[in-house]
Amino acid sequence: MSEAASTVKKFMYLNRKAPYGTIYALESLEVVLIAAAFDQEVSLVFLDDGVYQLMKGQSTDEIGMKNFSTIYGALGDYDIKKVYIEQESLAERGLCADDLQQLVYEDEDDDWKEKSSMQFISRAQLAEVMSGQDVILSF
Amino acid sequence: MAILHIVNKSPFERTALSSCLNLAQDKSSVLLIEDGIIAATKNDRFGDLLSAAMERNISFYALSPDFKARGLAADRAIDGVKLIGYEDFVDLVENHDTVQSWL
Repeated sequence: MSEAASTVKKFMYLNRKAPYGTIYALESLEVVLIAAAFDQEVSLVFLDDGVYQLMKGQSTDEIGMKNFSTIYGALGDYDIKKVYIEQESLAERGLCADDLQQLVYEDEDDDWKEKSSMQFISRAQLAEVMSGQDVILSF
Repeated sequence: MAILHIVNKSPFERTALSSCLNLAQDKSSVLLIEDGIIAATKNDRFGDLLSAAMERNISFYALSPDFKARGLAADRAIDGVKLIGYEDFVDLVENHDTVQSWL
């Protein structure tokens, strides 16, 4: 394998739209799951209306669309351990951490203990995390 | 006569709702659907915009199926916003002279 091919890059996926009203949320999730197969360092960010993507108790029976919110629960199995949620985005919408589903991963370095993938961070902290990325994909 | 205004965009993303309320006359109706329902949730920063409009006797409706799809329980709707179903949507359209969709 060439040196270039083995380089691990930091990929950040920015999710900024509510689910169902537009196709962005679902498309982002599909791209994330596909990209997870390439062994890169992946993080997901939910900010602005994107925080609605993680709301608990989504029920889409009456709008005739597929409820894809359950798929987020599988992110841990795809080795995605970093999910950032911007606190200011929650607050502006009258939401709190408890309104969101819990995302976990199993830590192979710690006897496969189940750990939370979610980090609730401030706008300033998010700016820092963002500046350390190699690739940022926006949805 | 009275217009039914329909807004389907989040107030955090687009100016559709504020433009709509700038032009909606007293006693008209505003129906929030799809991502538009986000404006009808309690404790967000658009509460004042809706209260001001309610003082002008503008009636607010929000489509309940769109609330549920986004994991929002009925008790998250701002007081004074009526959650309705698709059949009520049809009645609203019937009961207004004009429908204006703010895209």
